[in-house]
Amino acid sequence: MTEFEPRIIGFLCNWCSYAGADLAGVSRIQYPPNIHVIRVMCSGRVDPPLILSLLAEGVDGILITGCHIGDCHYISGNLQAKRKFALTKRLAEKAGLEPGRLRLEWISASEGQRFAQLVKEFADQVRALGPSLLSGNKLDPGLLLNMRAAKAAAEDSRLRALVGKEEKLVSEGNVYGEPFTQEDFDKVMAEAVDSEYARHRIRLALLEEPMSVKKLSERLGMDSRRVLGHIVAMRLRGWVDIQEIRGSSPIYRALEVL
Amino acid sequence: MGGASEEEPRIGVFVCHCGINIGGIVNVPEVVEYAKTIPGVFHAEANLFTCSSDGLSKIKDAIGEYSLNRVVVASCTPRTHEPLFRATCEEAGINKYLFEMANIRDQCSWVHMHEPEKATEKAKDLVRMAVAKALLLKPQEEPEIEVEPSALIIGGGIAGMTAALSLAEQGFKVHIVEKEPEVGGMLRQLYKLFPTEMDASVILSRATDAIKSNGNIEVLTSTIVRDVKGFIGSFDVTIQKEERNTETLRVGTIIVATGAINLEPKGMYGYDEYGNVITQLRLEHLLKAGELRKMGTVVMIQCVGSREERGRTYCSRVCCSEAVKNALMIKEIHPDADVYILHRDLQTYGKEYESLEWRAREKGIKLIRYIPEKPPEVTSKQDGKLAVRVYQVLLGKETKIESDLVVLSTPLIQHEDAKRLSSILKVPLGQDGFFMEAHVKLRPVDFATDGIYVCGTAHGPKNVGESISQALGAASRAAIPMAQRRLRTAAITAEVDENKCVGCGICVELCPYNAIQKDEKGIARVTSAVCKGCGVCGASCPETAITMHNFTNEQLEAQGLAALRRAAI
Repeated sequence: MTEFEPRIIGFLCNWCSYAGADLAGVSRIQYPPNIHVIRVMCSGRVDPPLILSLLAEGVDGILITGCHIGDCHYISGNLQAKRKFALTKRLAEKAGLEPGRLRLEWISASEGQRFAQLVKEFADQVRALGPSLLSGNKLDPGLLLNMRAAKAAAEDSRLRALVGKEEKLVSEGNVYGEPFTQEDFDKVMAEAVDSEYARHRIRLALLEEPMSVKKLSERLGMDSRRVLGHIVAMRLRGWVDIQEIRGSSPIYRALEVL
Repeated sequence: MGGASEEEPRIGVFVCHCGINIGGIVNVPEVVEYAKTIPGVFHAEANLFTCSSDGLSKIKDAIGEYSLNRVVVASCTPRTHEPLFRATCEEAGINKYLFEMANIRDQCSWVHMHEPEKATEKAKDLVRMAVAKALLLKPQEEPEIEVEPSALIIGGGIAGMTAALSLAEQGFKVHIVEKEPEVGGMLRQLYKLFPTEMDASVILSRATDAIKSNGNIEVLTSTIVRDVKGFIGSFDVTIQKEERNTETLRVGTIIVATGAINLEPKGMYGYDEYGNVITQLRLEHLLKAGELRKMGTVVMIQCVGSREERGRTYCSRVCCSEAVKNALMIKEIHPDADVYILHRDLQTYGKEYESLEWRAREKGIKLIRYIPEKPPEVTSKQDGKLAVRVYQVLLGKETKIESDLVVLSTPLIQHEDAKRLSSILKVPLGQDGFFMEAHVKLRPVDFATDGIYVCGTAHGPKNVGESISQALGAASRAAIPMAQRRLRTAAITAEVDENKCVGCGICVELCPYNAIQKDEKGIARVTSAVCKGCGVCGASCPETAITMHNFTNEQLEAQGLAALRRAAI
């Protein structure tokens, strides 16, 4: 059997990193052919659901690169890239994906050598992890559902709004003019990621088959009181309703339209 | 214009050999045969050089012959060749945004030279990814805007005055805003300029006389720029004179020529402790005023506060030539003086300055190399003289020099006010604090923001000659849109779906260019002439109501899926 060669997708910003990758070419600096580059105008444009979706489709590794902090062609786009990447990584980890499959780095237009070195390093890193459990013909069905839940959570307005507000909150404080540290934010974010991911995961489970809270908590390995709490919130959002009462416990079903 | 999105996509793929650059490694015929099997591809061919006039006419011919409505070129990088191929598509009647490139040279054949088979497979992947995107491309129209034939120049130093004169002579109205009560900038503090030893005041008075007598130039001193709104063609600039009322100017273009200041070497080499440790700028002043008293020994130290490992890592470019010039001037006034220049490696670059260094050697000026690991030390002696200890690498030992005066060559650094200006104008500063051009080689005096240009030491350390050259460059770049009066702006912009927008305002806050505002209904609206197409708004919109044209989520995902060979195509 030939050695596993990971398939890696690189999202490179047009101004610094893509130019850095071109420079590696002009300088004939060799690196492994695992990486397939997608050019974007700014690293801040890389939307978390896009990354989670490609991971769910079985890509072995994703490398996102932008201009160095302070050198962004769009002034502050890379700061947004950093914040969005943090969310992507949190959700991927929640879903049970190896965090080593994701990497964010800064590559300037003059760093051809560094780009080549980075690709080599990252390819080694992903090769060591082995093929994605979502690639090939035998997929891990649990991980697939988890990744879909992660993607859905990243598409949902609550997490997106939080990340969108992060820069301003952390630098200027909240609407009451009170300071809001990165630590405060991370706490809020961790809690939000936790519950949004859980709700989307519950929803996907209910789409497969209507269930009681007890069965859901067994299926997802989640505390039943927490599941109930999420179900209450989801009913308010119109995501689920009661299909029937079986014995004394309600059976919940997911509503198709979000 | 052909190639409407509703038509069935008919893609033509043109795979370039680039001589042997691609064809010597990647099996181009195999890639062409593969391309023909990709759904949506109706024609594929190889070219020796796709960018040659022969290659370009083949694209045009094929568009006609096979009724193609989208084009993919697999060759070099879009960063250099996309405009050329787009123009070719346009000439053949295809909207230029229905074009996509696969970079199979810079990011494939050149970097996988020893793995031709893998490089060929990767080239196929890259072509498939480009086709996947091309299938989803939509034609875009570039908005046309009018350009006000007037310019704002921020900073009245030699760069600003030179740019102003050039534009005024071409017939454009120019406003120079200078924060000091007088124009002239750094030139007012200098004495003789290397390499001609011309008096700085001669250049200065020539420039000031010329701008003051030119009817097209308005000079606003003691004035600062408070705010800038709008975009290329019609910037509304709010200026304020001496804390008094503000006034608004309408200009078509802006040139940033705010200059630089000299670093005050606080805490370095006894600068704050001993009166006879001074900067080169102070020495210029003493020479100019004729106040340099007779002295036995002068020691100059180069790279003080520049070329650091962290912080100011850059070379300030002018200090070596300046030190050599000043050393020669001291020798002229006091021929018996011993003058030492302690340097890390003397960078008197270029055709004129090298001879300056040779003149210094002939006059007996001693050039001693030091290493940053063991920098010179300056201490005071009881008689008021200074003791300079320097470790000489070549001799492998320390030398002690008794000196009457120590002159520190400190770098040019950015003004503190630059950050404010950078955020008003929405143009970036680099890591070294200087204003950063759009591209170091391809667009050296433009900012990424259209209609704003940079010149002089605001952009980085430069001597007077270099500042003047760059100012002329910036002026001619600014003149282009003003001479045309109308221009088309790029169509790679964001668009808000008003049915999905809930008016949360996150995009308004995040847009680095103020291109998004809420309308009277509270719905976000993009001013496409201002939008630079970064896409941060789209990636941040909680309701996913923003489409980033030409880089849509669907297009990027299709490219990703094609890379995984899992796509529908």
